[in-house]
Amino acid sequence: MSEEPKITVRNFNAYYSGKMALKDVNIDIPENKIMAMIGPSGCGKSTFLRSLNRMNDLIEGFTVTGGMMIDGKNIYDKDVDVTKLRRNVGMVFQKPNPFPKTIFENIAYGLKINKLCKSRDELSGKVEESLKEAGLWEEVKDELNKSAFALSGGQQQRLCIARAMVVRPEIILMDEPTASLDPISTAKIEELIQELKKSYTIVIVTHNMQQAARVADRTAFFMLGEMVEYSDTSVMFTKPEKKITEEYITGRFG
Amino acid sequence: MGIKDKGMRKNFIERMLGPIASMSLVFLLGIALTLIITGMPAFREVGVLKFIFGNEWRPTFDPPYFGIWPLIVASFIVTFGAILFAVPIGVASAIYTAEIASPGVRETIKPVMELLASIPSVVFGFFGIVFISPILQKVLGLPTGLNGLNAAIILGLMAVPTVASITEDAISAVSKDLRNASYALGANKWETIVKTVVPAAKSGIFTAVILGVSRAMGETMTVLMAAGGARGVPSSIFVPMRPMTATIAGEMGEAVIGSTHYHALFAIGFVLFAINVIFNLAAEYVKKGGNK
Amino acid sequence: MEITGNKKGKREFQQSLGFVALQMCLLAVIISLGVLLVFIFVKGIGVINPDFFIKFPEDGMSSGGIFPAILGTLLLSLVAVFFAVPMGVLTAVWLVEYSTSYKMVRILRIGINSLAGVPSIVFGLFGLAFFVKFMGFGPSLLSGGLSLGVLILPTVIRTSEEALLTVPVSFKEASLGLGATRWETVYRIILPNSISGILTGIILSVGRAAGETAPILMTGATFFTMRLPNSLFSEVMALPYHIYALMTEGTHPNQLAIAYGTAVVLMMLVLVINSIAIYIRIMARRARQW
Repeated sequence: MSEEPKITVRNFNAYYSGKMALKDVNIDIPENKIMAMIGPSGCGKSTFLRSLNRMNDLIEGFTVTGGMMIDGKNIYDKDVDVTKLRRNVGMVFQKPNPFPKTIFENIAYGLKINKLCKSRDELSGKVEESLKEAGLWEEVKDELNKSAFALSGGQQQRLCIARAMVVRPEIILMDEPTASLDPISTAKIEELIQELKKSYTIVIVTHNMQQAARVADRTAFFMLGEMVEYSDTSVMFTKPEKKITEEYITGRFG
Repeated sequence: MGIKDKGMRKNFIERMLGPIASMSLVFLLGIALTLIITGMPAFREVGVLKFIFGNEWRPTFDPPYFGIWPLIVASFIVTFGAILFAVPIGVASAIYTAEIASPGVRETIKPVMELLASIPSVVFGFFGIVFISPILQKVLGLPTGLNGLNAAIILGLMAVPTVASITEDAISAVSKDLRNASYALGANKWETIVKTVVPAAKSGIFTAVILGVSRAMGETMTVLMAAGGARGVPSSIFVPMRPMTATIAGEMGEAVIGSTHYHALFAIGFVLFAINVIFNLAAEYVKKGGNK
Repeated sequence: MEITGNKKGKREFQQSLGFVALQMCLLAVIISLGVLLVFIFVKGIGVINPDFFIKFPEDGMSSGGIFPAILGTLLLSLVAVFFAVPMGVLTAVWLVEYSTSYKMVRILRIGINSLAGVPSIVFGLFGLAFFVKFMGFGPSLLSGGLSLGVLILPTVIRTSEEALLTVPVSFKEASLGLGATRWETVYRIILPNSISGILTGIILSVGRAAGETAPILMTGATFFTMRLPNSLFSEVMALPYHIYALMTEGTHPNQLAIAYGTAVVLMMLVLVINSIAIYIRIMARRARQW
């Protein structure tokens, strides 16, 4: 790759109470690309994802060694403000998790806590913009004051994506974002993800290999806490380098 | 990407949380400490064994006697009298509510029970004096209706909601699979309840019993008003008696601060506290065992 | 295969008998407690009139009202709440959201659990030794209220903790994932979504504080005072203590009628407080979306 990668990971290890969960991971993730992580359950792909915005800090006994750099800055340095990091590295979760607030307030939350709006108009404008980007505006514009729980699962997940985007992060992490959705909602979200890569660097964990093949520019295969193989998606799914990768993607285990 | 920490990570309230939690802890632990420190002189002066097993409680005699055995016996008599009927009735009510009653009835009974559990103990004691006492006197032909039985009846009544609500939780926690397995073998509802559900919930029910006992033993105003207050070692449940809690509440007003009597009342408090902690630990232990 | 039949066998008979027995037990409980309520209510309603609420006791407690006792009980509960609520809720927030020291959490849990069931008279002893004597507050509104406060503290901590824990972790993650600080998450997401549970716990403990006698027996309650409390250091009359005192001190036959009336007022007060709490809880459960 010619240009400087957005995320650079070097000799990264992670431990839960001393038990190793990620072993010597090295990865470069280019800007404005979609990087997918696949692998069997418990292979460390979610741990890796949640290390990128330090969500794992919430877990008692979680420790890391090695470097995880965003724009060259190690996010595990002492002088890093985790809240600023997370504002810049948005996250979409496996199950849609809107707040028990209105649709509007869900989107506005991130703007409010990060004090990104000076006026009410600016706030509404940004909320609208982000709902449009998420392709949800037409569906919800008349019911912005309704509870987010009134939406369908797929709509809720797009709401959560809009909520993550509205604070204009640079990176969006997605942890199996379609795992709990039906095929039609899944297709909409995948379409949306394609759209988003114009403005964001996206890292996505998925259980679904077809999904990785459909959406990702580059794919990493994880197993037992190690990154086994990392290459362009087309290469990964046509002629993988390693035997074990081939066995996994052809469905022989996992 | 600006992600540098500019300080200001914790606000004032956040910084206060730790100290406040520590203060809660100080108060909670301070109670045990206070009882020990203030009760200690009595233990030292009278001797622990003589204090606990001494047969006479005559704090104002000359010379005074500080033996709390009569008070301990009284506490146990009223408590076990209470439990004897509170447990069967409480457990039965819980089974009925959890298993048999319709959802509508269940949703009504639970808050009603909760409300009944909140009636102040002084009102129960009052009821013991004005309602139960005359009845006992007449029916049993006793010289006074204020006695162990009276206190036991009221304590039992007070313990029922406690026993019932914990039992109900335990029964509701029994998994549906277990019930289905029983039904699938051709058992009817009653057989399923008796042979499958109740045995599966037995550690929870046992916890309910222990907590019911500890609640009854710690009840103060009721026994102060209804148990009669005699100082001797009670010979049966039908005579007036003076349980530990009633002794503290009834005599603290007249005990000279700093006297042995004063310290002795704290020492009784410590004995009560210790008994209570033992019961609670036992309940905790049983609960843990049941979860395995 | 024989699967038809309408003959009620021994097993069905057993079942009906069992159900009836259980039902009888439940009825027995409700009836006896009902008898208590009705009996006291019927006997006490006679003395209750507006004057009973706003007048001072007269003629050596044999006539007049119980205003000072009502006021005293409200003030004692208020002091208890002012002490226990901020401390209890913040302790719960610390326990659930901030605690990092396992050891302290463990000790605190043990403290809370073992004190939740301790006899109320023990809190009276503590209040006497600590607030009245050691702190030098004397027998007063302050000492009595604080003793009640310590009594309800474990309950407030425990119910608040339970309420905080009902908020799904996913809400917390979503908030933190957007760059909210821990405090913003607590303040904007966790507290608003657990407030009804916390409130229910608080109101229930107010009901408990209002009805307790033993802790105030020697820390601040007095049988009779002509003066209304004018500071935190005044001794106060209180409803539950008033009932007890009327039954054990003094001999005027009319005192019994006043005692019934006082019992009715106290019961109504406590039942209303608890009903409010239960109502809030039911409404909140119904409104809950997750």
